[in-house]
Amino acid sequence: MNTTLLPLVTGAEVTFWIAGPLAVLGALGLVLSRRAVYAALSMAVAMISLAVLYASMDAPFLAMAQIIVYTGAVLMMFLFVLMMVGIDTPDSAVETLKAQRPLAFLGGIGIAALLIFAIGGALHRAEPATVAAANAEFGGNVEGLANLLFGRYVFVFELAAALLIVAAVGAMLLAHHQRVRVRKGQPEMAADRMYAYATKGEHPGPLPSSGVYAGTNAIGAPALLPDGSIAEKSISHTLTMRGAIVDPVPLQQVTGQTFAAIESVRDDEEDV
Amino acid sequence: MILLETIAEPVAATGMFTWAWTMIAVPAIVAGLLLLAGKLSDAWGHLVATAAVFWSFAIAVCLFAEQLLAPATERAVAAPAYTWFSVGEWTFQVGLLVDQLSILFAMLITGVGGLIHVYSIGYMSHDPRRRRFFAYLNLFIAAMLLLVLADNYLILFVGWEGVGLASYLLISFWQHKPSAAAAGTKAFVMNRVGDLGMLMAISTMLAMFGSSKFTEVNAGAASTEPMWATLIGLFLLLGACGKSAQVPLQAWLLDAMEGPTPVSALIHAATMVTAGVYLVVRSHALFEAAPTAQMAVIIVATVTLLAGAWIGTSQDDIKKVLAGSTMSQIGYMMLAAGIGPAGYAFAIFHLLTHGFFKANMFLGAGSVMHGMNDDVDMRHYGALSKVMKVTFLTFAMGYLAIIGFPFFSGYFSKDHIIEAAFADNTFIGVCALIGAGITAFYMTRLMLMTFFGEKRWQPGVHPHESPKVMTIPLIILAILSVGAGIVLNFWIQEWLAPAVGNHPHELSLVPTPVGWMTMAVVALGVVAAWLVFGRSSIPVTAPATNNPITLAGRNVLFGDQVNDFLFVSPTTALATGIDTTDARGIDRMVDGGAQAFGGLSTQMRRLQTGYARSYALTMVFGALVVGAVLILTQLG
Amino acid sequence: MMNPENYLILAALLFAIGSVGVLTRRNALVAFMCVELMLNACNLALVAGSHIHGALDGQVAAFFVMVVAAAEVVVGLAIIVMIYRTRRSTSVDDANLLKL
Repeated sequence: MNTTLLPLVTGAEVTFWIAGPLAVLGALGLVLSRRAVYAALSMAVAMISLAVLYASMDAPFLAMAQIIVYTGAVLMMFLFVLMMVGIDTPDSAVETLKAQRPLAFLGGIGIAALLIFAIGGALHRAEPATVAAANAEFGGNVEGLANLLFGRYVFVFELAAALLIVAAVGAMLLAHHQRVRVRKGQPEMAADRMYAYATKGEHPGPLPSSGVYAGTNAIGAPALLPDGSIAEKSISHTLTMRGAIVDPVPLQQVTGQTFAAIESVRDDEEDV
Repeated sequence: MILLETIAEPVAATGMFTWAWTMIAVPAIVAGLLLLAGKLSDAWGHLVATAAVFWSFAIAVCLFAEQLLAPATERAVAAPAYTWFSVGEWTFQVGLLVDQLSILFAMLITGVGGLIHVYSIGYMSHDPRRRRFFAYLNLFIAAMLLLVLADNYLILFVGWEGVGLASYLLISFWQHKPSAAAAGTKAFVMNRVGDLGMLMAISTMLAMFGSSKFTEVNAGAASTEPMWATLIGLFLLLGACGKSAQVPLQAWLLDAMEGPTPVSALIHAATMVTAGVYLVVRSHALFEAAPTAQMAVIIVATVTLLAGAWIGTSQDDIKKVLAGSTMSQIGYMMLAAGIGPAGYAFAIFHLLTHGFFKANMFLGAGSVMHGMNDDVDMRHYGALSKVMKVTFLTFAMGYLAIIGFPFFSGYFSKDHIIEAAFADNTFIGVCALIGAGITAFYMTRLMLMTFFGEKRWQPGVHPHESPKVMTIPLIILAILSVGAGIVLNFWIQEWLAPAVGNHPHELSLVPTPVGWMTMAVVALGVVAAWLVFGRSSIPVTAPATNNPITLAGRNVLFGDQVNDFLFVSPTTALATGIDTTDARGIDRMVDGGAQAFGGLSTQMRRLQTGYARSYALTMVFGALVVGAVLILTQLG
Repeated sequence: MMNPENYLILAALLFAIGSVGVLTRRNALVAFMCVELMLNACNLALVAGSHIHGALDGQVAAFFVMVVAAAEVVVGLAIIVMIYRTRRSTSVDDANLLKL
């Protein structure tokens, strides 16, 4: 091999300089993006970048596990929960805790500085040993890991298994919803609705549909009441929260102009 | 006469003497029974209580008879009961001492007590709490017997406190009256002052002699340093002053008349108040070793003798006149006891006769009040001799006895004391003589205002003779008032000699020069009283006067004011001061500390925002510090 | 050959960024993801250590970290769902009752 003679840029180095910045970008995206879904996707980027780095360091098993376990299972679970709890509102830009952000930033810099300082003091600038030899000993990375897992670390392995089981059972227990009231069927719902009508005067019928205008009939366009005000119930609550509502005034104007044009044509015909 | 300077050791109890303890136990048990049984015993409680006292009386009489039959040296009997407690090397035996002195007391207490129980059946018949009254009376009898039968000062002190308790309960028996409740409290508190003296005396005895037994204390008294004997003597005198209402602790006795009249007769005339005299006589060896203490006893006694008589001349409340008289007469006894061996027997002699005639007169006064709707003001009486013949006649016997009419009981006992006083010191003798004259004056005044003159009865009052259950005790006590003196006169000195030591003193029925003098002074007092109160009519309300002597007498010689000025006001001021210091100083300091911590905590509390992110931030910085320290130390 | 400490510096950076995220983000899910990022940074450091020393133990440790992270995610998400059910919110600032 001529690597000793020619200090070429190796594949590992190229990989690092591509995947490393990507991972940092992903991490920054996770921290900075205001919407939780974007954050999750940035996270996926960071994780896949890390998987690539693992692979470049002769750790193919971990690289696969990273992709399957983290990106595949854990992140998907996050996304499930995100969908489940609703993605009503993004984090507001205003920080409620006084001086939390600058202090947090300071803390982050402090951690980075401390760690890098420690790394700088600890390293002996020597060539990395690489795990190629260790991998080759049992015929591959997976075999080598298996040897350690079921050999030296077998008790830890079993404990980890127990931990996973317990965690699964615990999660089931936590998330299990004990029904405290009888589930409401259609008759009960109808009775409730009539009761609400009787006591609070709420409309017992179906909710009004969204508005229909000359320009749009999208779900975000509110319906108008006869007096010209917006019918609150014609739009989804979530859309209201997100502010994804189409302003009815311009739509109304277009509609009004259209009607006016039609009327004028009719008038002309009558005049004729 | 037998000269017995050494006191015979008591012999062990045999025969009847093994029953001595039942004298105390039976009334005590009956008292407990009546109090515990509650309303169940309302119907028969008073009968059981009376029977209990007569049981004690019967035992006392039997013991007395056995003593009479025994040779003079074997009359004192010790009856150890049980071991109370044992501390280190010191074992405390509870025991009774039935000697010539205590048996006389036991008979006086149970005899007069029994009569008063009988009397009370009638006197208290309309009181809804009669059973309780009898329970307290029995408690008193038991405690008083314990006091006089104890063979050491510590057990005596138990009885001493017991009678104090009974006295308190009975003075404030009509607790619905604020004046009665206050009088009970006053008596209790003033007695505590005396009890402090008792306790100090007993403690000093234990320190000096290692025992509080009469025999051992008396044996050790002669050989102890005079300073210590004097100290113990003065402490004992303080105790005696408290219990016997001697100056300066006299103020409670007149207020104690708030209690029912039988109580006044039994406790505050015949028995309890004479406990101080008993104490001094019992401790004669100590006092003989301490001439200073003896002198103090004489001074206290003389002052009290005159003060009591003075009070008696100006009070309009019949019971308070008698109470003043009691003070005065106890002064005579204390005087005799203070004079020394010459007077011990006379002190006890006068104590016994006084017990009879004063109980007689108190019960007579109670009978009068009974007929006058419980009015005690003598100015509302008058001319009662016709409507209450038995009461009048028995009262007259008591009257003749107390003023010392020849051959009545007081004549013997008081004349002996006056003679002994003259023999000791002429000035003291003259004081005692004057006291006798004043006694004659105020007792005559009482008789004239109560039984003679015109009717000054309040509207709606119809005096009537009391029922037989009340008059029979009166008659018995009247007979004793008349006859006790002449019976005891030639006998008591010899009888008491083994217990108190003896001093030869010639006795005869023919008056001595001092006796003649006494009779003259007494006659003078009677005539003076007749001149003032017998001839002219008596105003229904006390006339206003500027006569300082009368004013002082009416106000009980300003005893309360003196106490207020000397003790109550300074103590109140001190208490107020301490309270202020506590509230302003100590409390503020403590509260201030608490407030400071509270304020600090309120500030620190703001660190707890409840925001997990704040906590996480703190944690990050903490981790940073720990990491930095680790790395920096590595560098070093 | 590339300086192997670059891996470690990258891990430190990722760790710091993750911690800043935990401190600043109010959405419990995002904060939780930041925690995962910190764990991943640790994993990177472990694998880099394995790479430097030529032994597989670092990779085994990273594997265990993954297991623990998985268990943690399961329980943590369950808790978030529970809180959301009762409080209708996933903001960590809303759960601030632990104070006076």
